[in-house]
Order: sequence, then structure tokens, then C-alpha cells
Amino acid sequence: MGRKLLLEHINVPGINTFDVYRQQGGYRAVEKALKTLSPEAIVEEVKKSGLRGRGGAGFPTGMKWSFLAKPEGKARYLVCNADESEPGTFKDRYLMTYIPHLLIEGMIVSSFALGAAVSYIYVRGEMMPQIRILERAIAEAKNAGFLGKNILGSGYDLELYVQPGGGAYICGEETALIESLEGKRGNPRIKPPFPAISGLYGCPTVVNNVESIAAVVPIINDGGEEYAKVGIGRSTGTKLISAGGNLAKPGVYEIELGLPVEEFIYSEEYCGGIANGKRLKAVVAGGSSVPVLPANLILKTVNGEKRLMSYESLADGGFVSGSMMGSGGFIAFDEDQCMVRNTWNFSRFYHHESCGQCSPCREGTGWMEKVLHRIEYGHGKYSDIDLLVDVSRKIEGNTICPLGDAAAWPVASAIRHFRDEFEWHITHPAEAVKRNFGLAHYADPLPPVAEPA
Amino acid sequence: MSDKVKVTIDGITVEVEPGISILNAARQIGGDVVPPAMCYYSKLEGSGGKCRTCLVKVSKGSEKDPRPMPKLVASCRTNVMDGMEVQNITSPEVVEARKGVVEILLINHPLDCPICDQAGECHLQDLAFEHGSEATRYEFERRTFDRIDIGDKIQLHMTRCILCYRCVYTADQITNNRVHGVLGRGDASEISTYIEKAIDNDFSGNVIDVCPVGALTDRTFRFKNRVWFTKPVDAHRDCPTCSGKVTLWYKGADVLRVTARKDQFGEAEEFICNTCRFDTKQTGDWVIEGPRNISNNSVISANHYETLRPLPVVQNNALLQEANKEQFERATKF
Repeated sequence: MGRKLLLEHINVPGINTFDVYRQQGGYRAVEKALKTLSPEAIVEEVKKSGLRGRGGAGFPTGMKWSFLAKPEGKARYLVCNADESEPGTFKDRYLMTYIPHLLIEGMIVSSFALGAAVSYIYVRGEMMPQIRILERAIAEAKNAGFLGKNILGSGYDLELYVQPGGGAYICGEETALIESLEGKRGNPRIKPPFPAISGLYGCPTVVNNVESIAAVVPIINDGGEEYAKVGIGRSTGTKLISAGGNLAKPGVYEIELGLPVEEFIYSEEYCGGIANGKRLKAVVAGGSSVPVLPANLILKTVNGEKRLMSYESLADGGFVSGSMMGSGGFIAFDEDQCMVRNTWNFSRFYHHESCGQCSPCREGTGWMEKVLHRIEYGHGKYSDIDLLVDVSRKIEGNTICPLGDAAAWPVASAIRHFRDEFEWHITHPAEAVKRNFGLAHYADPLPPVAEPA
Repeated sequence: MSDKVKVTIDGITVEVEPGISILNAARQIGGDVVPPAMCYYSKLEGSGGKCRTCLVKVSKGSEKDPRPMPKLVASCRTNVMDGMEVQNITSPEVVEARKGVVEILLINHPLDCPICDQAGECHLQDLAFEHGSEATRYEFERRTFDRIDIGDKIQLHMTRCILCYRCVYTADQITNNRVHGVLGRGDASEISTYIEKAIDNDFSGNVIDVCPVGALTDRTFRFKNRVWFTKPVDAHRDCPTCSGKVTLWYKGADVLRVTARKDQFGEAEEFICNTCRFDTKQTGDWVIEGPRNISNNSVISANHYETLRPLPVVQNNALLQEANKEQFERATKF
């Protein structure tokens, strides 16, 4: 049984209310932080914990906090990014729905550490129930004296606001989120300046994912070094994984980083294998933006080692044979799924969500979507496959924000690993609209690594 | 210690003020090392970074931190550092990326240059000529929009737009209340005044000058003539609202249109007011200064006064030479 740090008390009835949460030891971190620790000490603890951002990029949270500029006479802001809209990811919504006080507690501690007097939780507009839940939780915390003026007699004031977004994927990008929070059109800003220097209303700002902020609570409770003992290597702590797709038991799981992928998919404790006794074909390991991997490559790396659920192991092999941890949206595909259709579906999403500010992403995502649609519906040409690779390469890295990369990677990786299936769609157009390509050789054991001569 | 910083672009070192962008540093060198810019406009605050045609490779970050930048960067929005080394046309990676951007800019462009008023002074046309390929790989229906009249003087044809946002910044910065913006998202974005309300401002005509393509055109000049048949002449008048320094575009004795004076990078030197632009089209309204210098690369200068520079094919053919001379004389009569 893996250790649970965030969802330890998730099954306690009424944990979404302040009283039950408090009985279970909630808000200990706030008491400890405000009464015994200085803001610098908290940042130091978070640095020691090795916590890495849970929103996708995996940037060390402590480092991010220490980069925050602290000019005199200027407000600083903490913004919680709850715009979770990556296809396949639903962990933040789960956390906010069932244990909202964990996020509130994390927000109080983090705001104190960063010296923010006003903090925002930016929630995607579609998550209206969660917005109500959070507002209720904030009211409860305020009544109990954990928010507002002079929290717990420490002299620290904090106001926490929930801001509903308009429901755009791009507003999950931190600078677009800040723009949107300011009431403007959610276009990503051009960096530099980074938000740590000039973010919300031109003031230094830190934007963190819901899970990263929630993870501050166990770090303060147990100490950063204790937290760093969980996990493996530079991937410390636990991570919420949104398991979806053709799994026997999909849902949100808290895992210790370093859990083998095979165990995560097949053990009864976690996903319980593939639904309906089918075989695994492919996995998207970290939300739709990361490269997709065939079954053989997700279970083992090319060196024949077990692939683990950690930032390093999932990225092993780079873009050739690896993927990324991303935001933890784990999507499994069984043998009956069509990779072409799935790739088309992903690129349709990016086409729809591109903000339209910079040209490669605005025009390129639509182009890729149209070509993929053509292949899926049996009108493709051989040259289309190379065209897709070329277009994805022209988008990747040439855009203002990472949405361009996110749109290019799934397409490029699907073609890299499932080229046979794309070719089959082109050579057998009539068949391709009636049946699926099937598992083919995608789960075959990898060839042994050749000994260097 | 001198407060200038050294930056090397394509092997050419130049000393520039600290804090300026790579693009502006390259413009101080001039020539081929200047990256093309479709969206950046030095007079508009906040512009740039969007079209991605000015991508360059920073092979050495600075003297202090010599690490190269991991990705290609937009030169218009990246500031120079002391000792920075930049590769523009010497980097195959940059040339390739730029070619990709040009192709992508063109996939939804109607390529209706033969009937477009901007042809001849269109930046996209120049860019496609220099960096594009002759065939497109895009085989789908292109995006189209209906034409919109913004007031009685300006027409917006979104189909041609490349969403550089220059006109949005212009409209934002000439007026206090924003009347011009972008609607929609992704490739359905469109420039629009809210509810097609006319921009009612003395300087609104400048959106025509800043537009790099033919999306915003002067309705008083629409379909009057091709720009390369008209003769640009610098002139000024005593204008109460603006500087009054303009370029008049003559065809015969008629002033067909009035624009701001544009420098070698296609940027207006000074914004002019609508009265100068649309309402004063008589030679008598103006004090003529002299012919406007147009870069030799431009099609507009193709058969203009100054020098007779016959093409190689003309030089070897006496008949063509004679005809050319006649044409030259006819053209320079006005």
C-alpha cells in the first residue's frame, strides 16, 4: 500500500466540511507555519522537499518561489491555477470537489511564504460546482479565523478569492491566466518578463497548480526532508494520477512516484488491468500534450529497464522512445482503439483551443487537424504522413507559449510509433472506416539492446 | 566603462544601446541580416512577437552567461545582452523555421494579389518572394470572411489578414476608449470593431498604413490604380492636428492617395490625421518637397525617375533600349 499524503482522509465522511477536516488534523500546517516558521523557512522547506510543479512542466516549486522578486512597496500575488483543462486530466477537480480545505490550507501557507496579501484561485468556468464548493470552504475558513485580518493572532492578513474563468484551455498557461484574471482576453504574454518579475497587474506573481499548492501542506506538517524520502531520485513525494481510458478501474489515484507503470496498470490496488480482458495497445502518460507510447515502450524503456511513474523514467529515451510525466493524465488505449482517430481527436482539440495570437499555432493546428481528418476518413495520401511530421516540426518551439509544442508532440509521436497504422489507413481506406487496425506488434517485447561493439 | 553593449549578428559586430531588441540592433547594421518583421512596429508599444517571422538563433547568450538559448527566439521581443551572438541568415535552422512560418502564413491567405490594392507594397508579398516556396502543400478550403466597412473611409477584408495585431495596437494607442479588437479564437479570430462600429477618430486612417497586408485598405483609393504606376512625392502642409508631413501618390496630375512617410522598414515616420489622408487631395493643398526615395528593391521604384538602370536583357538589345528610354522619359515627365 503506497503512502497517501494528499488523499489520506478522503474516505472520511464529511471531509469536505471544515469541522471534519479540522478534526482529522487539518489546518495544522497553517498553525505551524504562522506561529513557528518565517516565510523564508517555508520556502526553504519546500526547496528541501524537492517538490516539482504538478501542472505539467515539472519545474521545482521551491526554486520558482525563490525567483519571486521582492521590490519594496509592491504587492505580490499567489495565483492558484485550477484551470485544469488538459484532456485526460481530472485530478484537480477531484481534489477541489472532495477535499477543498486542503487547497485552502495550502493557499494560506503558500501565500504566507510568498508574502501575498491577496491570492486568487482561478477555476475553469465549466467547473461551477467546484467554484461553489471552494467559495463555501473559504467562508468556513474565514469564520474559523484562518482567513481575513490577523490570522490566528499572527498579524498576517490574507484575502482569498475564487475567480471563474471562461473555460479556455489556453488560460491554463500562466501568463494567459494572468491576462484573463486581469479581465483581458486570455492571450499568453511574451516572455520575458516572467511573472515572477512582472505578473498580475505588473506585480511579482507566482502561479502554481492546485496539486502543487496542496502538497505544501504535508511538506510543512512533516518537514521537507521527510517529504523528500517518499518517491524516487529527483521525483519526490506523491502524485495524483487521473487514470482514464480502457482501464478496469479508472479514477484518481495517489501514487508514490517511482511506482512501476506495469504495477499501476495491472495491480488490483490501482487500475486493475485493462477493461473487459482486452490487451493494452498504447498509453498517453501525462495528459494529451505528451507523446503517446505503444504498450511495449510504456512498460519497459529501450534499455530493458522497468519504466516507472516518475519524471525521469517516463522521460527516459527523450522524444524518440520516451514521454513525459505531464499533468498526470494517464490514458490507456486497448487493442480496439484507433490511434489515427485518437490523434485526430487530440489535434481537433488543439485547433479549437489555439488562441490565435501567433501564426504557427493558429494556422498549423488547423492544418494538421484537416490532414488527420482526411486520413481517418479514408481520403489520405502517402505524402500526408510526412507532411504532418513536417508541419508539427514547424510549429514546435516556434510559438509564444507551449500550446504549440503540446499540439505538435502527440501528432509527431503517434506517427513515430504507429506509422504502420497510419499507412494502413491510407492503403486500405475502405477497410479503415469499417474496422480498426488492432494491436498489431505494438505490445511485442522490445528487441534486446545490442551490446556496444 | 562605456554603456554600449556589443552584439554580433551573423558575424557582424555592432555596438548598440543596452536594452534594445535584437531586431533593432540588426536594423542598425542593415542589409540582409535584418530579420523580416510582419507584426513588430517600433512606434507601437507592445507590438511584436506574434508573427514569428523574425525568429533568430542566439548561439551565445551573453559574455556573462555564454549558454545558447534553447529555442529560436523572436528577435523583436528579445533584448540584446553584452557579448551576445546571434545567427540569422547564417543558421540553416532559422532559414528553415522562417520558411515554415511563411508557408503557414500563406495557407489561409487568399493570394489575390492581382486584385489587391496592397500589391507592390505588401510585406507578405515581399516575404513570400524572399522566403517562401512556389507551391503550397495546403489542399483545403481557405478561410474567408465578408468585407466590412469601418466607417466610410476604411475597408476591412479579414480574408487577407495575418492577425499581426498592429491595427489593434494603433487603435488602442491613439484613443483612450478601445474601439478595435480581436474577436474569436484560434484560426477563427477576426479583427473587428465591436458591432462593426466605425472608428471615429482623427487618426484612425493610420491603421491602413500599419497593416502589412491588404486587409485594411483606403476606400478613397480602392481600385484606383496599382501602386507601382503612381509616383510618390514628399509634401507637407500646415496641419493643426498632425505634423502634416506626408507622401502624395500622383498619377498624372492627380493625387490618388496620401499616406504617411514610410521608412526603409515600411514603418510610418509620423502618424498623420484623417484630414490630411482623406480630404486634402489637391496639389494646391500641399507644399511639394520633392520625389520620395523608394528602395531600389521595391517594385514601386521599378520605372521611376532618378536613374535609368536597364535590366541585363535590355542592355544587349538596342530596340529594347530605345523603348525603355522612351518609357523612362514618359514616366518622368510628371
